Amino acid sequence: MFAQQIVNAVMLGSVYAMVAVALTLSIGVLNFLNFSIPGLFMIGGMMVWALAHAGVPLPLAMAGALALAAAASLVVERFTWRWMRTASPFVPLVSSMAFLLLFEHLAIAYWGSDMRVMPDAFASANWRFAGLVIGVPQLVGLVCSVGLIGALSLLLKRTRFGRALRTIAEDSETALMLGVDINRVVAVVFVVAGLFAAFAGILFALNYRQVHPFMGEAVGLKAISAMIVGGMGNIWGSIVGGLIIGLTEVFAILYFGADFVDIAVFGLLLFILFVRPAGLLPGMQTARAGI
Amino acid sequence: MSGYLQAVLVLLAINVVFAYGAYLPLAAGQLNIGLAGFAAIGAYTSAYLSNQFALHPLIAILLGAILSGLVALAVAVPVLRTRGIYLALATFALGQIIRAAILNLEFIGGAAGYPVTGFVGLPMVLGLAFAVVVIVSLLFGTRFGIAVRAVQDDERVADLMGVEVRGFQIAAFTLGAMIAGIGGGLYAHQFGYIEAQYFNVGLSITIVLYVILGGIQTTMGPLIGATVFTLLPELLRESASWRYVAFAAGVIVLMAMRPQGLLTRGQLRQLFAWRHVHGSTHDDGLAGHVA
Repeated sequence: MFAQQIVNAVMLGSVYAMVAVALTLSIGVLNFLNFSIPGLFMIGGMMVWALAHAGVPLPLAMAGALALAAAASLVVERFTWRWMRTASPFVPLVSSMAFLLLFEHLAIAYWGSDMRVMPDAFASANWRFAGLVIGVPQLVGLVCSVGLIGALSLLLKRTRFGRALRTIAEDSETALMLGVDINRVVAVVFVVAGLFAAFAGILFALNYRQVHPFMGEAVGLKAISAMIVGGMGNIWGSIVGGLIIGLTEVFAILYFGADFVDIAVFGLLLFILFVRPAGLLPGMQTARAGI
Repeated sequence: MSGYLQAVLVLLAINVVFAYGAYLPLAAGQLNIGLAGFAAIGAYTSAYLSNQFALHPLIAILLGAILSGLVALAVAVPVLRTRGIYLALATFALGQIIRAAILNLEFIGGAAGYPVTGFVGLPMVLGLAFAVVVIVSLLFGTRFGIAVRAVQDDERVADLMGVEVRGFQIAAFTLGAMIAGIGGGLYAHQFGYIEAQYFNVGLSITIVLYVILGGIQTTMGPLIGATVFTLLPELLRESASWRYVAFAAGVIVLMAMRPQGLLTRGQLRQLFAWRHVHGSTHDDGLAGHVA
C-alpha cells in the first residue's frame, strides 16, 4: 500500500514536473511568469479528448493537440512578450492571466463546462510488479517526461540555440548586440513551453481519464509550487519540485484526507519562500527575477 | 429600482471595495494575489459574529476587517521579506491556505458553506464603498500617499530619502487586507450565504486585473477599472462564456494598447489644471518603473 502510494505520487509528480519545466523555462529565460501555461495544459488535455472522442486515432489526436497548443502559445508570445517587453513587468503577467481566462472560456463555449471522460486507450494495460499496479500510460508518461526534460537540458547546454537562449537570459540587450535573433529564439521558447504543458495535459488525460475546461488551474498552481520548491529557472529543480509536491499531495490525502491537500502543498510553498526562496536547486538567475 | 439594477449596483460596489484592497499594496509596488483569502477572513468573521452574538452587521463587518488586518499584519513581516514575483507567490500561497483552512473548519460550515442571518441593504453597501473610495483618496493626499508612491517608483531612492520603506509597505499591505475584509463582510451580509470556494485565486486575479486595467498611477484608477469591467460584461449578458471570452480579449487588447491603464496621473492633472500642463506624456512613462 505504501509503495503503491509512492508509485502514484511519482506519476502525479511527473505531470507537475512537465508543467513546471514550461513555467521555469519562461521565467528563467524571459523573466516572465507565464500564467497562460495552465491554459495550454488544458488545451492539450481537452483537445486530445475532443479528437479521440470524434474517432481520430490516438497518435493523430495527440499530434493535433500538441499543434494547437504550440500555435496558441505563439499567439500568447505575440501579445505578451514581443509586444510589451518594454512596458511595466506587470503587463505581460496580467496579459498572460487574461489568456488563461480566454482559453478556459473558449473551451467552455465549445465543449461546455462538464467533466468529460477520456476513452480508455490502454484498456486494462496494467503491469503488476511485486504487488504494485503500474499503468502503462503512467510508465510511458514518466519515461517520456524524464527523457524530454533531459533532452531539453542537453539542448540548453550543448547547442547553438541553447547558447543563444542563455545569452538572452543573462541580458537580452547584449544578446541583441551580439547578433542573437531574439524574436526567433523567444518564439521557439514559447513553442517548447507550450509543447511541454500540452504534453503534460495529454498525459493527465490518458492517466486520470477525465478532462474539463478548468483542469489547468489546479495542476498549474501545483506546478508553480513545484517550480519554486525546486528552484526557479532550473529545469532539474522542476523534476525535484514536481516529485516533492506529488509526494506531499498523495501523503496528505492518505493521512489527513483530501481537504488537507491545499494546506499541505501551499504551506510547503510558503515555508520554502520564507526560508529558502531560491528553492532547493537554485536556478540560473534567481537574483534577477523582480517579477 | 429594478432587482436587476440593484444586483448590478451591489456587485459594482463590492468590486470597487475589493479593488481598493488590491490597490493599496499595488501602489506600494506589491502584487497581492492572495486578496481573496483576506476577503474570506472578513466575510467569515463578520458572518460568525452576527450569527452568534447578533451584532449589528456594520459592527460585525468592521470587526471582521480588523481581524483580516491583524492576520495581514502578523504575516506581513515574513511575507514582505520576499519581493517581486516571490512576494506575489507568497501572497498567493497564503490565500490558498486561508481558503483551505476555512474548508476544514466545521464550526463555520466547512465545505458546505455558511448561511448568514444579518443583512445589509443596498444603501449601506453603496455607503461603505463610497467611504472606502473617499478614505483611500484622502489618505493618498497625505504624507502616506507620497511615501507609498515614492516606494513604488524606486524603493532604493525612497530609502535614501529617509522614507521608512518597510513600515509603509507593511502599512499598505495591512490596510489593503482590511479593505478586502470589508468587501468580504459586505458580500456575506448582502448575499446571506458564503462558501470558501468563492474566495479562490480566480477572484484574487480578477480584482488585480480591475486595478491594473484602471491604472495604478491615480487613486481613481481602481474605481474606473472596477466600474468599467463590472458594467461592460453586463452588456454581454446573452451568453455567459462568451462574456468572459470578450472580457479576457478586452484585457489583452487594452494591455497592448495602453499598458499604463485607463487613467494616468498626467491625464488627471490636465483635467484639473488651470492651464495646459506640459510634460504630461512624460508622466505616463512612470509605468515603466512599476515594481
